[in-house]
Amino acid sequence: MTREEIIQAENLVYRKPELLNDVPMHYCPGCSHGVVHKLVSEVVAEMGMTEKTIAISPVGCAVFAYKYIDVDWQEAAHGRAPALASAVKRLWPDRLVFTYQGDGDLACIGTAETIHALNRGENITIIFINNAIYGMTGGQMAPTTLLGMKTVTCPYGRDPKLHGYPLKMADIAAQLEGTCYVTRQTVHTVAAIRKAKNAIRKAFEYSMQGKGSNLVEIVSTCNTNWRMSPVKANQWMEENMVPYYPLGDLKDNGK
Amino acid sequence: MAEKEVTLMKGNEAIAHAAIRCGCDGYFGYPITPQSEVLETLAAEKPWETTGMVVLQAESEVASINMVYGGAATGKRVMTSSSSPGISLMQEGISYMAGAELPALIVNVSRGGPGLGTIQPSQADYFQTVKGGGHGDYRLITLAPASVQEMADFVDLAFELAFRYRNPAMILSDGAIGQMMEKVVLPPFKPRRTTEEIAKECPWATTGRIGMRKPNIITSLELRSEEMEQNNLRIQAKYRVIEEKEVRYEDYKTEDAEYLIVAFGSAARIAKKVIAIAREQGIKVGLLRPITLWPFPYGRIAELGKQVKGILSLEINAGQMVEDIRLAVECKVPVKWYGRLGGIIPEPEEVVEEIKKMTC
Amino acid sequence: MAKMRGATVVDVERCKGCGLCVVACPLKVLALTTKNVNMKGYNYAETVLEDTCTGCTSCAIVCPDGCITVYRKKEE
Repeated sequence: MTREEIIQAENLVYRKPELLNDVPMHYCPGCSHGVVHKLVSEVVAEMGMTEKTIAISPVGCAVFAYKYIDVDWQEAAHGRAPALASAVKRLWPDRLVFTYQGDGDLACIGTAETIHALNRGENITIIFINNAIYGMTGGQMAPTTLLGMKTVTCPYGRDPKLHGYPLKMADIAAQLEGTCYVTRQTVHTVAAIRKAKNAIRKAFEYSMQGKGSNLVEIVSTCNTNWRMSPVKANQWMEENMVPYYPLGDLKDNGK
Repeated sequence: MAEKEVTLMKGNEAIAHAAIRCGCDGYFGYPITPQSEVLETLAAEKPWETTGMVVLQAESEVASINMVYGGAATGKRVMTSSSSPGISLMQEGISYMAGAELPALIVNVSRGGPGLGTIQPSQADYFQTVKGGGHGDYRLITLAPASVQEMADFVDLAFELAFRYRNPAMILSDGAIGQMMEKVVLPPFKPRRTTEEIAKECPWATTGRIGMRKPNIITSLELRSEEMEQNNLRIQAKYRVIEEKEVRYEDYKTEDAEYLIVAFGSAARIAKKVIAIAREQGIKVGLLRPITLWPFPYGRIAELGKQVKGILSLEINAGQMVEDIRLAVECKVPVKWYGRLGGIIPEPEEVVEEIKKMTC
Repeated sequence: MAKMRGATVVDVERCKGCGLCVVACPLKVLALTTKNVNMKGYNYAETVLEDTCTGCTSCAIVCPDGCITVYRKKEE
């Protein structure tokens, strides 16, 4: 059988999701954002919600998410995406409303908006990319930076006496009465990506069923600012991030 | 025709009732004196059970204005209210809305500053409101009510202007107008717009891709300088149209005036009493009351500047609008300022004394 | 048992040469170019063991930029 015989439309088994358009993404090579963008695109389309999705992008690397996924987007001020989403969902209860935020945006400047939106039980999903660093601004310390981890603003390693401790936002979210589903996933292997996709789908479905707020944390990499190759960054994440940010569902009240 | 219903209420309550009646889709606010009655009245009225209007007490003014940003970005008629320190917190969001060209209403029932200041009335937020407040080149359509009736009337007007020009609009009131009770005729009920009407009137709105139209994106971000300059030029061109078409003011006894008071809001009410006293004493004083603070009635003040011997800017602040009056008359006529600070409302008699000084 | 035959098509200009597909492939079908680069200057992923591919889609699933399209056909 020749390659040409295999490459036929009827034999297609995987292609870039349709909602992810052809605009080249600005993300660094190997960045986790791209995988999560694909998953979000797939889930929105599979749920048949393309016409009813309103997404909110943050300030940070994902600020331009609106250029890549073909749904309606609002670009929020730094940290405020959950406030936008709260209003949008209350004004448009039949819409699928989600925010897409990084750890600087969600766990630092936007902590208040995040916790209060989740605690009010807004029927939204927050997708939280946690790569333990500020990517867009050039690798500064984030609230989620691990102890001992070096960044350009803690070049000798994060020291709890100087910088306090890495913040476990999903653990906090799970304690809030308003949250329905809180989960922590990764996207560094095929199996992990499948699980992460199921988590996003579950969160979106719960939000549409009016079961409360949902947080899907994706423990991610930032190979550029971690100063590693993409492959090495995935290994480092597994060895260092995952022990501090354990994977799995922290709460599932939607069952 | 049904007789118009006259009721007695506070300015803050009038804002809330007018919002429900003018098809407002959502209110997002945070308590602060002296405007808390807006949120309290809405909570008591439960409009979500009648018109379907959303009312949400946010975790902060920062969250409130960003809820307004989100709601406005979907083409809904949304608003917030606060008082000076809270409005300071909202400036980032207001700048984003101006940049993303979103229509919304912000009500400032202002109080004395700086800092935590006082809960008593003040007009010290004039500069913040009409000169920027937040970052970047932008303008805020600003209406200054001088009565409880105007508090009620300006809610719908502000929304109409905001949507006509896709720009945030502010009602700049103060603690006196917000707290005092007066008779008011509330506006007639107007239904909230349907999804179809929003899609038609706001084709830019992020409602979801209805009918699989192209995605709508609401953002103020553009990293390419050439594009960002074009965005700015487009917004500036819009501001010039607003300056040309939307200036509003009230002339009061200006026909024969030899001296002119320029005052807005609460100060304009005092000015009318000043004029009555001064005219009894043979001094012909008139009032020009700017109703829109931006766009400012430069043209009308310039005309009156040619007629009068002196202008007094009466403000409940340390002299802010006086700068715009001087710009308007190009220093061709003396322009003085008088005001009180710290939450003190000037007495008419002390203003009459200032007028007399000008006549010497 | 029927054998599955696969083929991958890499959108060369979209590829940033991150190499995640290379390690994701259980059969080492893909490799990054060593001499050729795309218009952006990246070494890109290419099929080096054409006959080995089973069309499992692992490479495409992990690709952050959605560069890889996969086809699969049962060998008669």
